[in-house]
Amino acid sequence: MNQTAALPSPVAQGGGMPPAVIELGQASRFYGNVVAVNDITMTVGPGVTGLLGPNGAGKSTLLHMMAGFLAPSNGSVTLDGRPIWRNHEIYRSIGLVPEREGVYGFLTGWQFVLSSAKLHKLPNPEDAALKALATVEMEAAKDRKVETYSKGMRQRVKVAAALVHNPRVLLLDEPFNGMDPRQRLHLMDLIRTMGAAGRTILFSSHILEEVERVAQQIEVLVAGRHAASGDFREIRRRMTDRPHLFNIRSSDDRRLAAALIADGSSGAVALTPGGLEVQAVDFRRFTWLLPRVARDIGVRVWQVAPADEDLESVFSYLITRSGQ
Amino acid sequence: MNTVIAGITYRALLGRRRIWMLILLPLVLFALAGLLRIVGADDERTTILLMQHFAIGTMLPLLGLIIGTGVIAPEIDDGTILHLLSKPISRPVITQTKFLVAVSLLVLFAALPTYVTGSLLIGNEGGVAAGFAVGALAGGIAYAGVFLLLGVVTRHAVTIGVTYALVWEGAVGNFVPGARRFSIQQWAKSIADQFSDSLALKADVTLGFALPALMLVTVIGVVWAGLRLGRFSLAGDE
Repeated sequence: MNQTAALPSPVAQGGGMPPAVIELGQASRFYGNVVAVNDITMTVGPGVTGLLGPNGAGKSTLLHMMAGFLAPSNGSVTLDGRPIWRNHEIYRSIGLVPEREGVYGFLTGWQFVLSSAKLHKLPNPEDAALKALATVEMEAAKDRKVETYSKGMRQRVKVAAALVHNPRVLLLDEPFNGMDPRQRLHLMDLIRTMGAAGRTILFSSHILEEVERVAQQIEVLVAGRHAASGDFREIRRRMTDRPHLFNIRSSDDRRLAAALIADGSSGAVALTPGGLEVQAVDFRRFTWLLPRVARDIGVRVWQVAPADEDLESVFSYLITRSGQ
Repeated sequence: MNTVIAGITYRALLGRRRIWMLILLPLVLFALAGLLRIVGADDERTTILLMQHFAIGTMLPLLGLIIGTGVIAPEIDDGTILHLLSKPISRPVITQTKFLVAVSLLVLFAALPTYVTGSLLIGNEGGVAAGFAVGALAGGIAYAGVFLLLGVVTRHAVTIGVTYALVWEGAVGNFVPGARRFSIQQWAKSIADQFSDSLALKADVTLGFALPALMLVTVIGVVWAGLRLGRFSLAGDE
C-alpha cells in the first residue's frame, strides 16, 4: 500500500485528459427579491481557478450553479457547451467536494469512496477507490469509520470520492475551512498538481493568501458581482494600489500634517481629535516617505495604523472600481 | 433499482438506534396479543379489533412515517444526499430505490408481524391473519410512496405526516365517516376485508374505490418524488 502512495498517482496526474471549460453567460440567481449572483460572465478553463470573495458574496451560489445544484434564474451555465442544470450525465465529467460534511459517518473511508466508484459504474471500482485514497494519502485510515475522522481527514476522503472517476472538472467549496496547517498544505499541493496536469479546478475561499498560493487564475466576487478577474499578481497589485487610509499619532500632528501634504504621495490629510488621518495615494512612496519626513522636522511618530486594511474594504474598493 | 444506494439506505435505517423504533411497535403488538391470550380474549372479534386499531390503525402509519421519510429525509437534512445526487444516475432511479427499500422494511416490520400475531391468536380462522397482512402490505406500499414524497418536498415531513396520520386518519376519520374515504388506513382495511370472510370485519370503503386509490397515491408519490429530486437545489450562502 505504501509503495503505491510513493508513486505519482495517475489520478492526480490527470492522464492527458481533454480540456474542460465551464462557461457562465450573464448568469444570475435571485431568491425572491434578493439577488445572490448578478449577471456574471466567466470562463473557467484548465488549471486552478480561485473564487475569492467575502462571506455572503455569492461564492456558494455560483459554485452550486456550476455543480448543477442550482438553476440560474437568468443566463446560462454550461460545461463544454452542455447545460449543467438537470443533466445527471454531466457528473461523468464533474467531481464535487461540497462544503458541508456530507459524508455518511457509519461508513468507513474505504466503503465511502468505493460506493462513489460503484455509483459511477466504473469497470474496476476497487482499483479506482484504492488509487483515489492513495492520492489523498488516506490508505492508512481507510478502514476506520468516517465519524471517527478529523475534519481534515473527512475533507480528504471527500476529495477522494470526488476524484474516483478521474473527472475533468473538480469543484471544491471552501475546501480549506477547518483544516490544520499541515493538512492545508497537503491539499494545496494536491490541487496544484492536479491543476498542472490539465484538470479544470475551481475552489472557493474568502482568504486571499489561500487563493494566491494555489490558483493561477483568480475570480473575485463581491456582493454577487464579478468584481475582478486575473492572475494573482494582477489582483494583488490592484489591491495594493488602491488609496490607503492611515491613522497616525505623533508628538506634533499639525507640523507633520503640513510636511506630509507638501509631498504628492498623500491625497488628503485631516486633523482629528484622535490624531492625523492621512489618505495615501501612492502606497509605496508614502510608507518610504513618512519616517524620513518625521525625522527631518523632528517630530516623533507614536503610531501608524492602517484604517481600512480589512478584506471587506479591499473588496469593496475592487467593486467600486469595477463598477466605474 | 441501484444496489449501492439500497445498501447505504439499509445501513442508515438499520445500523443505528432507529432500528429500535422499528422493533418497538411490532413488540407492542406481540405483547398485546400475548395479553389477550392470557386473559382468554383471543377470539376472532377481539383479534379483528386489535388488528384494526393497533396493527393497521397505529403501527402501520407510524412505521410508514418513520420508514417512508427515514429512507431519504435525514440525508437531505444533513447534506449526505449530495453523494448520491452528484453521480450519473437519474434521480427517479434514486427515489425508486429508496421506495423499494421502504416497502421491504414495511413488509418486515409491519406486514409480517401482523400476520404472525393474527395466526398466533386465531390461526387461519376466517382468513383474518392473511387478510390483515395483505392489507398491511398494500397500505405499507402506499404509505411508503406518500411519506417518501413528503420527505423530498418538505423539511417538516414528520410533523405533517404525524398530523395526517393522527388527526386526519385518527380523529377526523373516527367522527366524520366521509373522511374515511381518503384514508390509507381505511383502504388497507378494505383489502383485509376482501381476503377475509369474517362477519366481524366490515370495511367502510369499497374495494372498487380503495384499490385504485392505493395505486394512485403510490404512483403519484413515487413519480413526483423523482421529479422533485431532479430539481433538487442547494441554498446559497445567504
